[in-house]
Amino acid sequence: MSLKVPTMSEMMANGQSPEILFWVGCAGSFDDRAKKITKAVVKILNHCKVDFAVLGAEESCTGDPAKRAGNEFTFQMQAMMNIQVLNGYNVKKIVTACPHCFNTLKNEYPELGGNYEVVHHSQLIQDLINTGKLALEGNQTYKGKKITFHDPCYLGRANDVYEAPRSLIEKLDAELVEMKRCKSNGLCCGAGGAQMFKEAEKGQKEINVERTDDVLETKSSIIATGCPFCNTMMTDGIKNVNKENEIQVLDIAELIANAAEL
Amino acid sequence: MGRTINRSDKPLTRLKTMSLVALGQKKMFTSPIAAFLHLALYVAFVITQIELVEIIADGFSGKHRIFYFYLGDFYVFMVSFIEILTVLAFVATVAFLWRRNMLSLPRFNKKELLGWPKKDANLILIMEIVLIVFIFTMNGADEVLYNRGGSHVEYAKGSFGFSISSWLGPLVFDNFTVEALRIFERIGWWGHIGMVFLFLNYLPYSKHLHILLAFPTTYFSNLEAKGKFSHMKSVENEVKLMLDPNADPYSAANATDTPERFGVKDVTDLTWKNLLDAYSCTECGRCTDVCPANITGKALSPRKIMMDTRDRMVEVGDLKKGVVDGKSLLGDYISPEEVWACTSCNACVEACPINIDPLSIIVDLRRNLVMEDAAMPSELAGMLTNIENNGAPWQFAQSDRLNWLNEE
Repeated sequence: MSLKVPTMSEMMANGQSPEILFWVGCAGSFDDRAKKITKAVVKILNHCKVDFAVLGAEESCTGDPAKRAGNEFTFQMQAMMNIQVLNGYNVKKIVTACPHCFNTLKNEYPELGGNYEVVHHSQLIQDLINTGKLALEGNQTYKGKKITFHDPCYLGRANDVYEAPRSLIEKLDAELVEMKRCKSNGLCCGAGGAQMFKEAEKGQKEINVERTDDVLETKSSIIATGCPFCNTMMTDGIKNVNKENEIQVLDIAELIANAAEL
Repeated sequence: MGRTINRSDKPLTRLKTMSLVALGQKKMFTSPIAAFLHLALYVAFVITQIELVEIIADGFSGKHRIFYFYLGDFYVFMVSFIEILTVLAFVATVAFLWRRNMLSLPRFNKKELLGWPKKDANLILIMEIVLIVFIFTMNGADEVLYNRGGSHVEYAKGSFGFSISSWLGPLVFDNFTVEALRIFERIGWWGHIGMVFLFLNYLPYSKHLHILLAFPTTYFSNLEAKGKFSHMKSVENEVKLMLDPNADPYSAANATDTPERFGVKDVTDLTWKNLLDAYSCTECGRCTDVCPANITGKALSPRKIMMDTRDRMVEVGDLKKGVVDGKSLLGDYISPEEVWACTSCNACVEACPINIDPLSIIVDLRRNLVMEDAAMPSELAGMLTNIENNGAPWQFAQSDRLNWLNEE
């Protein structure tokens, strides 16, 4: 099945205005692993006939890593340029598969004139299931499998979204096993605050290795995440203990797309 | 002192937060044992104030147990209740001393607690024990005096019937003469009130100030999403000028205006809320216990950020007016290594029982390093250049952002 991904400019040229903008993000656009997550999201959106578009080459970094790294100038330049594009297309609602983009668009754009309803893809997918647009009844793909959910900091503590991704795992008929540090007590993967783009400061252990120990305790065969950076960090953590053949790291969107056989 | 920040909105939400978090100690209950012990001490402390009022009233009026005259049987119930709470407080205090000094709990054994902070913590606990000993000395000696008809109280006969001292008193003081008992009773009274005055004077110099400041600190909590970092208005004006093709660069700024420093270099750059947070911190270390950087052996400890802020504030406060000591919070107290170890995960903010926000200080320190001194790890400099040049933290062209669609 080929993916249908219209851009905002194409839509505008046809005199159309989509209901929702899919903000792909830098990781979703350029990181090889995260691109697969992007495709899984699109498969779900296409399957449910969601009226959406992307910005394509008009999208630019939200400025999240710049702001976390302490460079407010770069952040605000990015934000103002993006807001100009978004407001130019009269965007009302945005979905994104990256909690960092989600947090920045939702919380830090309004003060610069960017006011949108912003949802994380786990929330949108939950909504699609609740409204009957996406049916998962009788899916066997993950039936009975032990899945643990790693809370992304910028989705969980930063924005209090804990239940949407968990409700999706429950729809898989899988066994959701919580780590000892979960939800508001969840341990960071180590990538936040622009750490993704630098070497860790010197210490005794890498944070993702510490987090991998939590995963191993649950004896899960799948780590579900909702963030491309958590995905990278957890994948590296699992490789570090040579368990990449036993434990998969999958995004919530991939789990749902696979279960729905999209 | 301290930059302005508006925390006067939504008074009802703020009152609710304060009631739940400070008065109700909601966030303490994530670790139930500590929460229960702390609650015992807290309730005993608050209720005991009734007895303290009586002690002061007795002192001024020259009467003895003045409330007994007015309250009668209810007085017996009240003092009995206070005595039971005091015993619970005693148990809690001993347990705290034991936890702090005998058990090797990681958060009580971090290097930022070495020296004065550890002494401060133990000193308060010992003061509390002394206070409790005095109150039972007073009530116990008085009970025995009363049994023998020698008490100053004229309103009742026999035993007071207080829950603890009616048996503890005779157990300890039965062998003493009436004269000796009178001295013990006075030692108890004076000792207790003396300790209270000592304690009140010591409080502002101690981490124990949290018993008062927890209330304003929680009232002025950050009510926004934790992921939202503060907006820098000063930067907004400059960026707007930069992006505005019609802006006149020569009319931009008034040359006589001193530009505001970007971020935080010293405590004077922090907001008043940051400063209040530092004075409210009781150094429990729940923040450091959950900090991913600290857990994995990095230099950062959110508790140390708060302690350093307070220590530097005291140092600046002691300087004579107009004197500059050439030191600063960033560099002399907190190193860039600590600042760069943070993942901004908000675990410390979540863990704090009174909603202190160490993360906002860390971020403002980063802003100073980056925007004033361009001092940052070289990989971050590269990442920022990429964002500025091609709109992504990596070196990929913006025009390639949709290439994923046609890749296998």
